[in-house]
Amino acid sequence: MALISFMINGQPWKGQVEAHETLLDLIRDKLGLTGTKKGCDSGECGACTVILNGLSVNSCIVPALEVEGKEVLTIEGLSRGEVLHPIQEAFISEGAVQCGFCTPGMIMSTKALLDSNPHPSKQEIRQALAGNLCRCTGYGRIVAAVEKAAKMGGDDLAGNDSREISDKV
Amino acid sequence: MPEMIVGKSATKYDAFAKVIGEAQYIQDLTQPRMLWGKILRSSLPHARILNIDTSKAEKLLGVKAVLTAKDLPGRRIGFGNDNEVLKRNKVRCVGDEIAAVAAVDEATAIEAMSLIKVEFEPLTAVFDPELAMAENCNVLVHESRGSNLSLEYHFETDEAALAASLDQAAVVLEDRFTLPFVTSSAMATHGCMALYRNGELTIWTPTQVPFLYQHELMMATGIPGNRIRVIQPTIGGGFGAKLDMYPYEAACVHLSMVTGLPVKIVFTREEEFQASRPRQPMIIDLVTAADRDGHLLARKAKVICDNGAYNSWGSTTPFVGMQTISSLYRVPNVRYDAQIVYTNNPYSGAMRGYGNPQHTFAVESHMDMLAAKLGMDPLTVRLINANQSGDVTPQKMKITSCAFSETLREAGKELGSLPSEPGKLRGKGIAGLLHVGGGARVYRSDGCGAVVKLDDMGRAVLLTGATDMGQGSDTILTQIVAEVLGLEIKDVKVINNDTNLTPWDVGSHASRTTFIAGNAAKIAAEKVRSQLITAAAQILNANPDQLLLRNKRIMVEDAPERFVDIGKIVRSLHFKQDGKLLVGEAFYDPPTEMQDNQFLGNVSAAYAFGAHGVEVEVDRATGVVKVLKVAAAHDVGKAINPLAIQGQIEGGCAMGLGYALSEEMKLREGRVINANFLDYRLLTAVDIPEIEGIIVESDEQEGPFGAKGIGEACCIPTGAAVANAVYAATGVRIKELPITPAKVLEGLNKMRSTFDT
Ligand code: FES
Ligand code: FES
Repeated sequence: MALISFMINGQPWKGQVEAHETLLDLIRDKLGLTGTKKGCDSGECGACTVILNGLSVNSCIVPALEVEGKEVLTIEGLSRGEVLHPIQEAFISEGAVQCGFCTPGMIMSTKALLDSNPHPSKQEIRQALAGNLCRCTGYGRIVAAVEKAAKMGGDDLAGNDSREISDKV
Repeated sequence: MPEMIVGKSATKYDAFAKVIGEAQYIQDLTQPRMLWGKILRSSLPHARILNIDTSKAEKLLGVKAVLTAKDLPGRRIGFGNDNEVLKRNKVRCVGDEIAAVAAVDEATAIEAMSLIKVEFEPLTAVFDPELAMAENCNVLVHESRGSNLSLEYHFETDEAALAASLDQAAVVLEDRFTLPFVTSSAMATHGCMALYRNGELTIWTPTQVPFLYQHELMMATGIPGNRIRVIQPTIGGGFGAKLDMYPYEAACVHLSMVTGLPVKIVFTREEEFQASRPRQPMIIDLVTAADRDGHLLARKAKVICDNGAYNSWGSTTPFVGMQTISSLYRVPNVRYDAQIVYTNNPYSGAMRGYGNPQHTFAVESHMDMLAAKLGMDPLTVRLINANQSGDVTPQKMKITSCAFSETLREAGKELGSLPSEPGKLRGKGIAGLLHVGGGARVYRSDGCGAVVKLDDMGRAVLLTGATDMGQGSDTILTQIVAEVLGLEIKDVKVINNDTNLTPWDVGSHASRTTFIAGNAAKIAAEKVRSQLITAAAQILNANPDQLLLRNKRIMVEDAPERFVDIGKIVRSLHFKQDGKLLVGEAFYDPPTEMQDNQFLGNVSAAYAFGAHGVEVEVDRATGVVKVLKVAAAHDVGKAINPLAIQGQIEGGCAMGLGYALSEEMKLREGRVINANFLDYRLLTAVDIPEIEGIIVESDEQEGPFGAKGIGEACCIPTGAAVANAVYAATGVRIKELPITPAKVLEGLNKMRSTFDT
């Protein structure tokens, strides 16, 4: 057991974690943020993708201890109340969601991509999502959604990010 | 009158909840004081259970229950009653359930499992269905049966005519096609949560067939069916694997019964690979005969299916495969024989296409080989044999709407434009499909119930038995109800996940939901509509025939200024003496027949047709096949939601491409040795090429607004189309999926050495 503190979706969290506890189990079980999914628990499917200090990671292979002092953004931190992030909007309008189990991870990978590369090519999008498996969609609609989000968001996708908002309070 | 909502793309009904992470899957559900259950599974493929010692596990702090077969009522489960919830005397495959544990948390449950000691006497096992059927095989998976043959299927047209047609034929092809174990791999693994309280069971489970499940669970546990409530959380993909009531689910119920607490079991991904139902592997010996102009004269298939250790839905897939052999293209003389053989492998169930991808691979490979033999174009050979509207097939399936020829033409059209690079070989291939598209009468009923209630604020609620497992039936059904009632989609809500609320339905299988549940919802909504119109006619003092429902209003057609809001009509019916509720109910069961014991009968009210065209590039040096493009044309009757169809097509093709190129559950002594996503290769975003979905409409008279089913159809012909494209590129004919670089290279090398000599 160790005491850690970190920022989750713009809010501070402090608590005890086990040495073997993963970030995924911490956010799902202790924080109740079940939007992040467990598809394999071994770093192979991307369903558990969250953003850790600006980079997308598979939270199932990140030890909870490692997030001490860092910032984590999960799917729950992306929309501002009823106002969706452009990526979420695009996933809906382009038909990128079927069963939806891969969706939170896909969206977080997309967010990390667009934050670092606001106008990716199709190939860059496919590369960035290669670690996120989807069994339903065949990825075509998802790639279309990412393209649309890139257009919708322009260069400033961060404007609709609750992390930014809560930082100001 | 043109449709306002049906025929236009609509976003998925539950997409909002899914993009904000609020949709709750079984993984996310919890209850106060909930226990975690785990299943101890067999590590051996075939062994006698001599003793199970659970004493240490029971003593572990936090363990609330440990169950083995001796604690259960011993009811047999599964199709043919060949299975048990927990195995008593013998395990027959790796993953067989031996004991069930409930503990305060997952880690304790896992630790408890490691403390259970099972003494086995290993038995010789059999993993090859051909060996299992050999005379000298001394391994019996089920001793009491006396052989490893579980089931047989036989269909034939007139024997003499078949023999004569083979004699007359200008070409007779005879080949063996082999299909591997693959698995649904829904992104959400299996899991359930059971709560037995006061003689009532509530079970949360992502089943595709809640009412059949209710029945199966009753048979498995002995709890009366009218004391079982099935609630479906959001389903993270089904694809057929969630058609079964699994042994672990009955075990979970028993854990809740003995502890008096809610218990949840969720599969790990490894369990999902080893212990969920895969698609049935098959060996298909196919004979195709044709005259010199390419007209089919006869087809004969002998099929051996690896059933694995028990019967599940996989053992009935020849029912569908037989239709492919007898009825995909016009073929007058047919013989079909299939044997379902027990082995000590994992046991196979339903997976999208239900036997059809396997059989279509064989048939459509042969269509190309026939074309090559006759020096004909692959498209021409298909077009001259294609099914047409009005045909009755040898199994007495009645083809109604049919745009098969058009889909074949469309699929091949745009391919093959780019020149090859040096060292790379390009080619294109096509393959067609036939599948049920208007339900499938595999039970005495193929029905679905629907209730539409219209509330006083003009909000409609559809209660439907139809399950949405991600495919989007919720959206289609809201479109249909909104269309009929002149509402917006947002005015229609769906309740589709609780057997206490929803009317009975056979379930989401056989691509039947749009067609069957769509018709039921449409009829129920029409009943509401006619009551609305009667009431509106009085209010507006108009003839009912002149009234139009549009934009939440009922108006007089030629005098749109005379209108009344739909909500107001409903209120007028509530606020008066002898008032009434606006509720419509319907039970739609299509006009089809059960096949008789000769396998004759029109099982579906409509048939889906389609064709995939694939362009590949093969690397001569490595044998790697890269798919450059897929053009998938589907006869959907009528596209109720084009965006959703595009999603189904792209997803189906991706699954088909995986089947063609990369997916294979590798077994060693019955154990899945690639039970993870690193080694079981699902295609990723970089592997999938552009997939062009081409929607062809044929206006099916029996379908809701003319629609037919599409869900399974879009993964069926892809494998054959890829094999045909690889042949076109290289001259190498691969008859065994998946088409690995090693197989391609071997073929290329063989050709080279043939040229050399
Ligand atoms: S759950 Fe983390 S990668 Fe699959
Ligand atoms: S939408 Fe089902 S796994 Fe992607």
